[in-house]
Amino acid sequence: MAKQLLKGNHAIALAAIEAGVDAFFGYPITPQNEVPEYLSYLLPEHGKVFLQAESEVAAINMVYGASGAGKRVMTSSSSVGIALKQEGISYIAGAELPCLIVSVMRGGPGLGGIQPSQQDYFQATRGGGNGDYRVIVFAPESIQETIDYIKEGFDIADLYRNPVMILIDGLIGQMMESVELGRPIKKRVLPPKDFATIGTKYHQGRRVVNSLYLNPQSLEEHNLQMKAKYEIVTKNEVRYEMINMEHPDYVIVAYGSSARICRSAIESLKPLGINVGMIRPISLWPFPKQAFKLIPSSAKGILVVEMSQGQMIDDVEIANQGRLPIAFYGRSGGIVIDPDEVKDAILNFGKLVQHD
Amino acid sequence: MIKYQKTKGLTDKNTHYCPGCTHGILHKLVAEVLEELNVLDNTVGVASVGCSVYAYDYFNCDMQQAAHGRACAVATGIKRTLPDRVVFTYQGDGDLASIGIGETIHAANRGENITVIFANNAIYGMTGGQMAPTSLQGQKTTTSLSGRDYFTQGYPIRVSEMLSQLQGPSYIERVSLTTPLQIRKAKAAIKKAFMYQLEGKGFSMIEVLSSCPVNWGVTPQEALKWIDDTMTKVYPLGVFKDVNHE
Repeated sequence: MAKQLLKGNHAIALAAIEAGVDAFFGYPITPQNEVPEYLSYLLPEHGKVFLQAESEVAAINMVYGASGAGKRVMTSSSSVGIALKQEGISYIAGAELPCLIVSVMRGGPGLGGIQPSQQDYFQATRGGGNGDYRVIVFAPESIQETIDYIKEGFDIADLYRNPVMILIDGLIGQMMESVELGRPIKKRVLPPKDFATIGTKYHQGRRVVNSLYLNPQSLEEHNLQMKAKYEIVTKNEVRYEMINMEHPDYVIVAYGSSARICRSAIESLKPLGINVGMIRPISLWPFPKQAFKLIPSSAKGILVVEMSQGQMIDDVEIANQGRLPIAFYGRSGGIVIDPDEVKDAILNFGKLVQHD
Repeated sequence: MIKYQKTKGLTDKNTHYCPGCTHGILHKLVAEVLEELNVLDNTVGVASVGCSVYAYDYFNCDMQQAAHGRACAVATGIKRTLPDRVVFTYQGDGDLASIGIGETIHAANRGENITVIFANNAIYGMTGGQMAPTSLQGQKTTTSLSGRDYFTQGYPIRVSEMLSQLQGPSYIERVSLTTPLQIRKAKAAIKKAFMYQLEGKGFSMIEVLSSCPVNWGVTPQEALKWIDDTMTKVYPLGVFKDVNHE
């Protein structure tokens, strides 16, 4: 398929169609409004379902119903709206239903702002829903990668019967890049949807989509089975990129838009004789802990760069296991980091090291 | 000759409902209607949160269990993607009229082609008898010990009357289950609601005045009498919306 120039939010809609999405349920919120706007005409054109719900809460519960009916379903939203969806995400995880959630981060907390941020790392990877569950989170840094992970995300959701979140920010949603929609993705054998409530005349026995287990033994059994599933996810679905990691003086850890900005900073430090590598986590959960074992002994420290006041840094500290000093540089509230700020952070590494 | 048989629409599971509660009768009526309309194997039901949370164990069809108040949204997701299946929700008044009133109004307003079975017993049963938005003036509950006071706690929500103002619904009727005659009328209403769905007419809801002797603190007989004498004064029985007669 030929390359085309696409805006991020438009590409999200087209990638979902390419992935064979059956239904979209969502509610308007800036900065992701173009996603439902495009899908509102694209889906009916393809004989699929688009419905603007009365709230984010209703939308995620419509996702639950349609996914329980065996369909490939998605929703998209932004920070404040994802907060409202957390109850439904917990139910979807608890009932072991697949779905794809696109989260386009804006500044917070509360109503916050509408400019790009990475202040919802905790929200995405820890979630606000109740109980022991995980959301598989991918944070692409470009529109092409967003397309690829939307397509793969649907398959991964089906494979593990679990919500998958594509976590981006307003930058990726709003910018335009030359991309290819039809790039092949990894072939997976997906399990039959033998949980789907479609009417008993279409299958043996009776099916119930449910997350209620009043008997403590049954609930713990369910929890353990989900834990075993998450261990397989952790083994098979970690994604990360190592950049310029042969003999780094420092290692940056950044994801999404921040990682792109750091690429420029790394280049601008080379003429100064400072060699900086980068670990770019793509899967935020499961977090690529193993990448930190591969940091060469030349590295004097780790700089975590986020468009937040420090969230992913918690996972970096866990992965680092106290080995290297960790510094942090972040901007938030909708301020996009300038490559020069990252350059300065490396030059002033010692001052930015985090102390307990 | 067999005069009576348990409907195929119910499983053999014993229900957890309290003695004198009318949920059992209501389950049977819904199940009989699904069987009589020959749609049981083409139906997906949605259970809610509250006393009817285990409805997914009792109705002998495919079922989903919804989060508190979200049954109409879950049903929307199912019906929109499987439009040729019969989809119904079974909800109480805490679920439908309080936390889920938004989902209910909007499903009704969109004319979602689903059927809502709404058991209104004017109290939160499962959680032990707290005040509901449907509780009556002076009604004693565990969170209104000296009786509900409209001045501070608001008025009973008349869901059938409210939804009948919308253009989306095709059929809305309020029934009770206090006498054999009322039970027969209730069954006819439920059947009509499902037939409207089969005919693609859009959202239908049957509000069923239901008894809760345990949490009302009365005998089953007194509970039925209270529905007839007191509840129906605030919640009159009848058809509130019928697109065939407009």
